[in-house]
Amino acid sequence: MTEILGGYLPLILKGMIVTVEVAILSLLLALLLGIFAASARLYGGPISRSIATIYTTVIRGIPDLVLMMLIFFGGQILVNNIGDKFGWDYIDIDPMIAGIITIGFIFGAYMGETFRGAIMAVNQGQIEAGHAFGMTPIQVFIHITFPGMIRHAIPGFFNNWLVLVKTTALVSVIGLEDMVFNAKVAGDTLRQPFTFYMIVGALFLLITAVSDVAMKWLERRYNVGGH
Amino acid sequence: MDFSIIIDNLPLLFKGLGLTLQLLVISLIIGFILSIPLSIMAASKNSWVRIPVKIFIYIFRGTPLLIQIFIIYYGLAQFDWLRESALWIVFKEAYWCAIIAFALNTAAYTAEIFRGAILQTPKGEIEAAEACGMSHWDQYQYIILPSALRRSIPMYGNEVIFMLHATVLAGVITLVDLFGAAKIINSRHYAPFESFISAGLFYLVITFTIVFIFKLAENHFLKHLKR
Repeated sequence: MTEILGGYLPLILKGMIVTVEVAILSLLLALLLGIFAASARLYGGPISRSIATIYTTVIRGIPDLVLMMLIFFGGQILVNNIGDKFGWDYIDIDPMIAGIITIGFIFGAYMGETFRGAIMAVNQGQIEAGHAFGMTPIQVFIHITFPGMIRHAIPGFFNNWLVLVKTTALVSVIGLEDMVFNAKVAGDTLRQPFTFYMIVGALFLLITAVSDVAMKWLERRYNVGGH
Repeated sequence: MDFSIIIDNLPLLFKGLGLTLQLLVISLIIGFILSIPLSIMAASKNSWVRIPVKIFIYIFRGTPLLIQIFIIYYGLAQFDWLRESALWIVFKEAYWCAIIAFALNTAAYTAEIFRGAILQTPKGEIEAAEACGMSHWDQYQYIILPSALRRSIPMYGNEVIFMLHATVLAGVITLVDLFGAAKIINSRHYAPFESFISAGLFYLVITFTIVFIFKLAENHFLKHLKR
């Protein structure tokens, strides 16, 4: 197999690890931002609510690659302007960090919408029952709203994750050596771009298939006692 | 920030805007035309008809559009027989490769939307059509498709916005669309904020326009479903 790919298989697999790393770290950031955005829209005052609304609108209205370029090139200028004031040396923005921030920021908005919908889908009677038992609002959230919400959030969460994984391909455009970038390197060197892009496409399908199995498991786990 | 750079480069941005809209409209039209037979096939009970279409949809929805474009634009050049054939006039142009990739991609997503809507057609409507002695073909033409397409309008609106955002990938394969224009301005003046924020605003305005058009369409075509 390694001979067929001209010895470039390890490079592609190394790129795949980068792709998965970017995806998982962006997911963590997106979950964090999503929880903030959902709570701001559901429980926040007028100011935090409008910030959350602007956040989701901007994200849904502007293409991901434009945001990524803005954060990658703009962040470079911003960091060095701040650095000048403090007398730091020139700092290079890492494409990995720019990629994770952008993708996390984008999918935070989608996760926020998913969580908001899921929280609203939790049976109101159960929440009232919790209050009637004398639970504090925090206890109600931890023991009733949150577990109830997870069940409703899984399909949307999974959908966001699949789109997120595909979006990671864009980090190759700002020079991060993920599997798309490495496929270009290998494909151009061996004059077999078709072969290598097809392999990377298949690897994306593999990630999707593995995620599918994981989701089925999660769904079964959280649907205990469900309808 | 110095927005006089943008004023000076407005003609370039508007030219880019023109190409973005052109790519969007042409790929949406081709994709829509393809998606109707595909969705009927994907909803078919005959597995010989259904499975090939399902595989097409799975592959195009499961892999990043960036990879699809790279395969068509850079990948196909690997095959000498294609380079020597008459088809090469089409495949050597980034413009046509972008349209082919966008059209196939949106055809897959749209077919999936329409397939869902076709399968959700109320049983009573189909039984009534059968009772009237309509042929299978007539049922699709007069009952199933008009109803399914109407119910798909909100989902299709999301797909159109998704495609608008996807057209930035044309800028990655050397075309000067709105994103490509912003990239040029950024590299000429090293002005990432000015160039990408203005491009972002353009995209935001187009997105809002599309949302508005689809709201009008929903009010017109889905009046009977409003409660």
